[in-house]
Parts: sequence; C-alpha cells; structure tokens
Amino acid sequence: MSTTFELTIRPRNGWQAIDFKEIYLYRELLAFLIWRDIKIRYRQTLLGGLWAILQPFITMLVFTFIFHRMAGVKSDGPPYPLFAYAGLAPWTFFSTSVTQSSNSLIAHHQLVSKVYFPRVFIPLGAIGALLLDLLLSLSLFGGMMVYYRWPVTPALLWLPVFMVAAVLTAAGAGLTLSALNVSFRDVKYAVPFLVQIGLFVTPVIYPVRYLSHRAQLLVGLNPMAGVVIGFRHALLGSEASWGVMGLSLGVSLGLFVLGLLVFRRMENRFADII
Amino acid sequence: MKPILEIQGVSKQYKLGGKRIRRTENFRELLERGISAPFRALTGRANDKVAKEELYTFWALREVSFDVEQGDVIGIIGRNGAGKSTMLKILSRITSPTEGAVTIRGRLASLLEVGTGFHPELTGRENIFLNGAILGMRRTEISARFDEIVAFAEIEKFLDTPVKHYSSGMYVRLAFAVAAHLDPEILVVDEVLAVGDLSFQKKCLGKMSEVSRGGRTVLFVSHNMAAIENLCTRGVVLHQGQLAFDGKSKEAIQYYLNSLSVRSGTGHVVELDGVGDRRSIVAPLLRRLEFLTENEQPLTEGMPIGSRLKVKVHFDLPKLTASFNVGLGFNNNYGQRIFTAHSVFEPNRWEKEHQGAQVLSCEIPSFTLTPGEYTVKVWLDLKSSEADAIEDAAKITVLESDFYGTGKVPWNGAMVLKHRWYLEESVQGNGWAGRGADRAQTTGA
Repeated sequence: MSTTFELTIRPRNGWQAIDFKEIYLYRELLAFLIWRDIKIRYRQTLLGGLWAILQPFITMLVFTFIFHRMAGVKSDGPPYPLFAYAGLAPWTFFSTSVTQSSNSLIAHHQLVSKVYFPRVFIPLGAIGALLLDLLLSLSLFGGMMVYYRWPVTPALLWLPVFMVAAVLTAAGAGLTLSALNVSFRDVKYAVPFLVQIGLFVTPVIYPVRYLSHRAQLLVGLNPMAGVVIGFRHALLGSEASWGVMGLSLGVSLGLFVLGLLVFRRMENRFADII
Repeated sequence: MKPILEIQGVSKQYKLGGKRIRRTENFRELLERGISAPFRALTGRANDKVAKEELYTFWALREVSFDVEQGDVIGIIGRNGAGKSTMLKILSRITSPTEGAVTIRGRLASLLEVGTGFHPELTGRENIFLNGAILGMRRTEISARFDEIVAFAEIEKFLDTPVKHYSSGMYVRLAFAVAAHLDPEILVVDEVLAVGDLSFQKKCLGKMSEVSRGGRTVLFVSHNMAAIENLCTRGVVLHQGQLAFDGKSKEAIQYYLNSLSVRSGTGHVVELDGVGDRRSIVAPLLRRLEFLTENEQPLTEGMPIGSRLKVKVHFDLPKLTASFNVGLGFNNNYGQRIFTAHSVFEPNRWEKEHQGAQVLSCEIPSFTLTPGEYTVKVWLDLKSSEADAIEDAAKITVLESDFYGTGKVPWNGAMVLKHRWYLEESVQGNGWAGRGADRAQTTGA
C-alpha cells in the first residue's frame, strides 16, 4: 500500500504461490472481520456468549449419560465428564468452524464480487471469531477442574501449541471446503454429514488406548485426533501417545497447506461464478 | 513519467450462462467428465470440447488498451453490456483478465457498490470502521477522518444506532461518506451515484470533483452524461467489449450519443397488431408506431434533450371519413401526463375523406422534456370519440445532454425551456453589469 508500489495484473491459471506479503499488508482487515463476526454472532440473542459454553457442556452431559453410564465407556484416568469435555471443547470449535467457514464465501458473496482483498480472510475470519468461543468454553472447564479437584499439570504449557494446531486443522478444512462450495454446492450437504461422522472417528468420546495398535495408526491419519489428544494431555495431564499425535499433527499441517493452495488456485474464478 | 495505469490488450472471456452450467455441475458430473476425458482424447473426440467452448463463451472485453496518466479523470461510457463493469472489476482485481495485462503504479481503491460489507446489526460507528477497512483504509486513517465522515453523512445523532434502523437515505449517505473519504491515488467508481436523493447526489459529485482537482486519478463509469461532462477530462467509449473512442469527454459523449441514435435496429418500430391490452370499440385499428429523430434517423435507444421527434402512426380507417384524429400522450415514470400531442390541434387539417391504411405523422421540432423515460399512449378518435387506444404502447428515453450549451445538464423539473438571466443595468448601474447579460446563466435546478 505504499506510494511507490507497482502491480501488474495478468491472467492467472493453475497453481499459484501464496502471497504472504499481501496478507501481511491487509492484516488489519482480518482483525476487523473477526471483530465483526464476534460482534454480530450473538446480537439479539437472549443468552449471548453463553451459547459458546452451553453447546459443549450439554453435549458433555448427554455423552456422559449415554456413553459412560449406559454403555460403560471409561476415560483413561480423569472423571469421564472432564475427559469428555476436554475433547468436546476443541471438537466443537472444529465442527462449528468448518460449518461456518465452508459457507462463508457464499454468505458474503457481495464481498467477493464487489471488492478486492485477500479472499482467504473470509473463511479465516469466521474461524478466528470462533476462537473466542473456544476460550469461553475453556474457562468453564477451569470451573469443572475445581469442582472435580483435578490437578493442573505443567503440560498445560502445551495448550497454545494445540490451539494453533486446532486452528490450522479447521483452517485447512474450511479453506478447501469454502473454495469448493463456490463451484459445487454439494459441500453444503456434505459438511454436516462429515462433521457428524468425524465426531465418532475422532477419539472424543473414547480414549485412544481403547483401540488396537493398527487402529491407532489409522486414527493418526485423522488431523483432529492429534488436537483432541493434545488438549487432553495439556488440560488433564493424560498420557499422550506421541506417535499418534505427531502423525496427526503432521497431517493437520499438510491439510492447512493444501487448503491454502486449493483456495489460491480456485479463488481466481470466485467472482465469476459465485 | 510512466503512466499511472497501463491497460494492455485486456480481454475477458465469460462462459455463457456460466452460472447456471456451473451450479448444476455437481461432483458426479465432474467425476464423469474427468473419467471420460482420457477416452475422449484417445478417440479424437477432444475437438468437441473446443467447439463447445466457442459456442458457450462470450468476450466481455476484447483487446482493450489505453494508458491513464496521473491526474486524468476518465469517464467510461457505453451501453449496458459494453464491458464497462468488467473493466472496472479487472482494474479492482476482483476478477482477472483472460488475456492481456494491467500495470498499476499507485494505490488503487475501487467503489463498485455503496456500502459493501455493511452489516445491518452493527451501529453507524462500527460500520464506518468496518467498511473503511474493507475498502482498504487503515484504522489510523479511518480514525483521523472519522469526524469528517460523520459530518459529511449528516448522521451525528444516529452514530450508535444499528444501521438496520436507518432510512435508506441515511444508509446511502453513510456508505458514500466512507467511500468519499478514501484517499487513494487512483479511484475507480462504478455507477454508485444512481442512489440517494438529489441533493446528496450533488454533494457527492462535488466531493468527487474535489478529489479529482487534487491531482487524483479517477475512472468513473456512469450513464449520467451530465456527471461525466462535469467531472471528466477524458472519455473512453466501450462498444461490445472493444474500445470505440478515446478522447476529450465532450467528444466522447457526442460519439456515444451519436452511436446510439444512428444505430440501425428494429427497436424504433413498435407493432401494435398483437397488443391485447387496448380499448377497441369496434376492432383494433392502430397498427404500428415508428419513432424517428434528427435527419429521419430511427430512434432506438434514446435521444438528447431538445431533439426532433417524429412519430409515424399507422392505422386503418374502416369507413370513408375525414373525421378522425390521433393523440399521443407522454407519461413520466410516475404515470403523470407531461405532454399531449393531438391532431385536433393541427391548424392545417386534411379535409378530404380517407379509407383503409393511413399513416399520420406527428412532428415535434424540439422535445424539451427532462431526461428520463416516458411511456407513450396512443389513441385514435373517430368522430370525436375514442375508437382504439393503447395505454403503454411504447417507451422513449430522453438522455442527459448539454441543452443550454453551458456544460451543465438539467435534471430537475419536468421540462427545459430556453431562458436567460441578466442583471438590470439601471438598477446595478456599475461598469461590469453588462457582462452578465452576455451569457445565459442557468443553474439547471
């Protein structure tokens, strides 16, 4: 945005490098978009930000009742409600992020067709705003820790790392799906389904060690598995299977890069077909 | 110095009906296409695709080249579908060209829509910041101009009210105020002035000319020839995606208006035979209307204020009679009758009796209604009673133009009249009073 800058617009086709410089130049706008989403999300609602807490909390209660009490699923140490909630918090963040970001370009089509800025900000803004919800739901978790008198371990220091991993995973999926959604409205129908399946193939309800060694490796290919295991490790001090987690986090990073590239490749046509 | 904007051979191809075709193409079809592609290539049927592509594509822009120098204020003129908006979208980087290149040397801001990104639930204050950021302003810039923006929009009292409670006028004022306070080196503006009330439109035009006088480069798309004439130093006419004219704005407007009225088409003939919505006493008698303007040229898209208008009315007379009359009524967009032309007012009337197919022409030497669309009612009287009448038989458009020869285009009121203004020497009694009388001063409003 300096006065001496020169820019050439040319036809663009195929895979493109990601323009980090431009993203940096426009960084303030990303902050504004996140701020806007936060501001309007719970406007004219009775419960406001409480929704961010209620969703994982009530799901936790239901899961505790069904899977723990009725089906006899055990945690890997901590009380089952704590165990379930520590997995549900990042999972809720992920599923809401994917649902909202995959629909974000369509929902803001006038931003796509009437003004220019790095388009990645549209799905990323939606995800960024949901981080606040994650923090709110984690604050409730603090209360639950006190209630169950479960000790905090030094592993808590890892939490920021796993939060970043959660954001990367959500962003990877969100970018890919939002870009695809512009051309193929199938995404709208696929996402709720994928999110529902995802909850069961990710070790949210059950601990990883329930699974056989080979199944654990398979779980490692699920990018959200590492995030969920990581959150449990950081919040509850649960033993982490670093192999599975490492593999899964690698997949997360790969998904994020793939998302950026796919988005970049497809964004060229957004304004023409949205 | 290098031009601030270089447009070199820019073309843009769209897939015709692309939206529909794309949307119905789901994963399954894509997979089928993907899977069958190698086989098609093997069997040599790949050519099908090329032929199909030719068939379903459309060039919105075709090899358009021009340079823009710093400080140029360019009006981009052209009919709907001429490629104006596509050009602006390419310059704003919203869509990329299919061929060619654009070099931009400076910060470019574009305003293709008023209030992009406005959120109804947010307050005026919040929307100013959000919209400013979306248009490319930094937070510090917005803060610095905040008071100015609020004052310009005249919404001080409603600053903390969600904009969903704003009147549409307030909404537009606020949205434009933010945009008007952008400080880019190159400003690209689409037809955004078509909204808002008249006084605010004037204010915006004023603000924009202020911007352009400050050495800023402006590209401006509008159908408002008055605005182009007032604001722009240079005019670029696009026609069917190609550059048709590039020169002084007045000449460009002239070129454009000429191209409109000269265009030979069938639009100037309105067949009335099949019109069902009519009041016919015995049988439908009105057959056809023909609209002609200067030099008997067919009137297809519109004519400048004060042009000659000739309407040829074709009709049948069932019986031999001299007692027939034709009326033409011109209604504005609000359905108000602005002017009625009727052959009963003709002093040199025909006295002979006629029968069968007739053509009665009505000539208006100078059609001095203000710019806008007018619907034409036509009716035939036999023995002073209405025999056939069609309410909305045709539509004609009067275009903005420099009727008074002062570069200012009238837009208010129902009509224009030649008039003069001068200071009375006997009252003023000083040396320079005479000067004012030399020129016809008009305000237009």
